[in-house]
Amino acid sequence: MSTKEKEPLFSAKNMGTLMGPLGRNNPILVQVLGICSALAVTAKMKPAFVMALSVTVVTAFSNLLISLMRKGIPSRIRIIVQLVVVAALVILVDQVLKAFVYDISKQLSVYVGLIITNCIIMGRLEAFAMGNRPWPSFLDGIGNGLGYGLILLIVAFFRELLGSGTLWGYQVIPQSLYDHGYANNGLMILPPMALIIVGIIIWIHRSRNKELQEK
Amino acid sequence: MKGLRNYLNKIKPNFEKGGKYGKFASTFEAFESFLYVPNTVTKCGAHIRDAMDLKRTMTVVIVALLPALLFGMFNVGYQHNNVALGLTDTTVMQNFWFGFLKVLPIIVVAYVVGLGIEFLFAEIRHEEVNEGFLVSGLLIPMIMPVDCPLWIVAVATAFAVIVGKEMFGGTGMNIFNPALLARAFIFFAYPTAISGNEVWVAGLKNASASGMQLVDGYSGATPLGDAAAAMSSGAQSIDWSMSTTPIDWFYGFIPGSIGETSTLAILIGAFILIWTGVGSWRIMVSCVAGGLAMGGLFNLIGANILMDIPAWYHLIIGGFAFGTVFMATDPVTAAQTNRGKYIYGFLIGVFCVMTRVLNPGYPEGMMLAILFMNAMAPLIDYYVVQGNVKRRLKRAKANA
Repeated sequence: MSTKEKEPLFSAKNMGTLMGPLGRNNPILVQVLGICSALAVTAKMKPAFVMALSVTVVTAFSNLLISLMRKGIPSRIRIIVQLVVVAALVILVDQVLKAFVYDISKQLSVYVGLIITNCIIMGRLEAFAMGNRPWPSFLDGIGNGLGYGLILLIVAFFRELLGSGTLWGYQVIPQSLYDHGYANNGLMILPPMALIIVGIIIWIHRSRNKELQEK
Repeated sequence: MKGLRNYLNKIKPNFEKGGKYGKFASTFEAFESFLYVPNTVTKCGAHIRDAMDLKRTMTVVIVALLPALLFGMFNVGYQHNNVALGLTDTTVMQNFWFGFLKVLPIIVVAYVVGLGIEFLFAEIRHEEVNEGFLVSGLLIPMIMPVDCPLWIVAVATAFAVIVGKEMFGGTGMNIFNPALLARAFIFFAYPTAISGNEVWVAGLKNASASGMQLVDGYSGATPLGDAAAAMSSGAQSIDWSMSTTPIDWFYGFIPGSIGETSTLAILIGAFILIWTGVGSWRIMVSCVAGGLAMGGLFNLIGANILMDIPAWYHLIIGGFAFGTVFMATDPVTAAQTNRGKYIYGFLIGVFCVMTRVLNPGYPEGMMLAILFMNAMAPLIDYYVVQGNVKRRLKRAKANA
């Protein structure tokens, strides 16, 4: 690794690192990581969006920091070091949310704190940041955070639309439909439906990417 | 008839691979074999254990369902005209016709939506259309309350077929009984459409708005609803609505889902299923045994009025009989080994009565009990097979 050639910031490889998790390599759809929070915060789009943003920030910066320190971390205690970094970032995010979007922070309740245990973050630290330079690690963190957020928003879109008749808090299903006997789907509010929707997305994803199908 | 056959033979090449309408091969095959007896038997899937074509199995089940369905149609009219309105001059045919007109739209919706989705998936996957939905499409209306809005039936059927069946790979691959899944979907998604006292009798929900003159004090409660109500109001004994007796429950002159009320009609269906060997008597018998055992146990404890309901009452009220005969015995989702079937059926009976008695919030436990045991069936089979392997290995060692 002694070559000092400057790789362009957005080379094809780096773009692949960034964009891969959005599609073919999605952390939720392919590695099935981070499912717990996907079930918990997707009943409405607004909290889902804030959650997605928080996770993206934490994955991106924890990847960056760990990658910067990767040569100095003794491998026996690396998990502890990673956890300290992640925990510090999560507390930062939590304080920012409390300061600026208090309502949503209350809705998300413990799930912001539980970002620490989100498997995507530890997974990316172990699998990518420990062995790559800071800039690609940073991109990888953003990509995975966004890939996670994308699924969260898709799930939240269907759950909020069908379960509450609203999107982003605004009523979208007209009252006249309710007068004609339409009713909100109560199952959409319950967590099991999030799992079923994720399942359907995985189904579609696999049937479009044949190489992911297990034999 | 010969003309039709010739016509089908003439247009058949169009539907073969590369033909003009090659895209619709599955649809053509389905209609051809619907009109004529197919010359093949089922080759693969869950029914490989059976020498019969899947179609014949399905036809037998449909025939077995008919008594309950016909009685259900009559009962819809009877409950509406004679019990709720207190009329005395309606004939059996009038009641039946009233119920027929109420039930037919539900059946049509279930079939159109379900088969539509099945045809669609068959075309996408280039497979033959499977007959599995013929039974599910009739089961779904029979476990609905008569006043269930049609669009809810459509959504639930679509959910059951897509998530319950196609997601797992189609007929024979499903873990859960699709018809019950449709009901469970409504139960959790649109609870007001399927619970409470007012949904089981036609027109009762909008009775005051539409000017129905109800009999004084009529609530439309099912026996299970009465029991749950007595429990939550702290009454000393259960006050059965319209003073029905166990003999009424057995014949089925009570409100309830369309096909589930008459234990007698269901028993006729059970005989057809057992006689033709299509339904498993092991499951039915052990299911009844399980219900009686759990009911008996509760009778011994006797801590509240729900526990004091005589054990055999549970067999003839609610969906116990219907679930035992037509739902638990579904060959795809039940346990496959003989010993496994006893365990599977027994636990369904146990869990059904347990849910009814211990959780008055879910007065009908049969649906949840069967779905739960559907999920457990592979595990039961696994341990039965492993037990068999172990025993035979032991014997082989002893003989060696």
